[in-house]
Amino acid sequence: MPALPLHEAGKYVAGAYLVFLVLLLVYVAIMSSRLARIDRELAELADLAERRSPEPEREKVPA
Amino acid sequence: MKLPSLRATAIAAVVLLGVGYALAFFYAPNDANQGFIQKVFYLHVPLAICALTGFIVAAVFAILHLRSGDAKYDARSYVAIHISVIFGVAVLITGAIWARASWGKWWVWQEPTLVSFLIVFLLYCTYYPLRYAIADRDRQARYASVFAIMAGAFVPLNFIAVRLANTLVHPRVFATSEGGLPPKMCLTFGVCIAGMALLWVTLVRFELAAKAARGRLRRLRRALEGGDAIAGGGSRIAPAVPTATSRP
Amino acid sequence: MTAFRVILAKDLRIELRTLESVPAMALFAVTTFVLFRYGLDRSSLAGGLAAGVLLATVLFAAIIAVNRLFVAEREEGGFDAIRLAPVDLTALWAAKAVALFVYLLALELIAVPIFAAFFLDSWAGIGPLAAVLVLVDVGLGAVGALVSSLAASSRARDLVGPLVLLPLLVPLMIAAANAAQPLLAAGGPSYGDVGKWLLILALYDLTFAAIGYAVFDFVVED
Repeated sequence: MPALPLHEAGKYVAGAYLVFLVLLLVYVAIMSSRLARIDRELAELADLAERRSPEPEREKVPA
Repeated sequence: MKLPSLRATAIAAVVLLGVGYALAFFYAPNDANQGFIQKVFYLHVPLAICALTGFIVAAVFAILHLRSGDAKYDARSYVAIHISVIFGVAVLITGAIWARASWGKWWVWQEPTLVSFLIVFLLYCTYYPLRYAIADRDRQARYASVFAIMAGAFVPLNFIAVRLANTLVHPRVFATSEGGLPPKMCLTFGVCIAGMALLWVTLVRFELAAKAARGRLRRLRRALEGGDAIAGGGSRIAPAVPTATSRP
Repeated sequence: MTAFRVILAKDLRIELRTLESVPAMALFAVTTFVLFRYGLDRSSLAGGLAAGVLLATVLFAAIIAVNRLFVAEREEGGFDAIRLAPVDLTALWAAKAVALFVYLLALELIAVPIFAAFFLDSWAGIGPLAAVLVLVDVGLGAVGALVSSLAASSRARDLVGPLVLLPLLVPLMIAAANAAQPLLAAGGPSYGDVGKWLLILALYDLTFAAIGYAVFDFVVED
């Protein structure tokens, strides 16, 4: 097939690069929601630790 | 992984990709035969090369895992395959777009590289159900490593077979840096491939860091709440990254 | 060496007595031929189409056997037994691979003449086709035994086995189809490219035999 004229080819090229960008951004979005969850859990656990530390003679749970 | 290294690779990846694509659109000449559509190759080929290399890297990690028994290699193998599969999706979609622009159809069986890649991609997609179906963590990791090694050896075999099956039908439609590429295009390709490779490394390290953090969180939670705490959202198949802190 | 022989003899003896795999494979193959006759609306096949039908049928029959390969080991504790015995663990894989090879040979001895009777105009290509099929069976044996052992410990084993197996077999099928196509050509067999494809088949077989030999220990380990 002969080469597509610029205005046609341009759409395909743009489409390809757009797909790449979208995939990358979707990945970033997924990772950021994971990070948010890690953050939340960390806050929870920090809270828990905070509540525990004023009572050092509490029975240590074997970890 | 120490964070400064992750940041360094991330920045390097962004810089190289930025420069690479700027070169692709403003510096590299238009291909005489394919015209503007050839620009897709600065995206499609680096993605493909990185994905395939990623699969080989995963096989190497798998070998290391089987030889040492250290779970961190299993985690690296898993993540390498994971990121490479994602790159693979991008390869196939960009390949289809190129096929549509060049041949009018969304898929062409005559393009041996693309077909080989599809088969490899399909194989690595079966990695997830395989892991998912094995309950015992240890065995799951071991069998996954066996699979990764098998699949890694499969990649070159597959390309040879498909290439040979196609040469009689069509000449190679798509020539890369071997023979005939003007130096401007070569340079652009080089930068794009380097940038994509760094992107792959960045994403792998990123994913590993996230896993490590989750693993540490789980351990922390267990330590604070006791044995009956349910670890939040632990994945059934994703291997846990062991940390330096030994179990008390 | 003896462990290999013992396991192989056990498997073949069981198969001979219970006739679990081979008759099912043969029946499946013949029924598939009938399906193809109507699905393709052709009563005579040649060249690439004939090769494709035959090989696809052999492939799916092989999957039936692969699913059953390690059932006894899994259910009766064969994996444990071989782990405890002072033998090379790889003997289990080798024995299973050869057993699968034998089942496939038996299947082809039944199915190929029937295929020829159903679809082929000339039997001239069958002789050299046998060489192609032997190489295909070696590959199927090596890969099938390895994948079957991986799937044996998984939950959805009848699904995971074929799922992982099929993409791995694509290069084998490509080589086999390309080798068989000129042999089954309408005007009589021609041998031009066959050597090249036989070499690819041999390369595939060697590669996966080597891999199976190298990694099987890790599959059986506790």
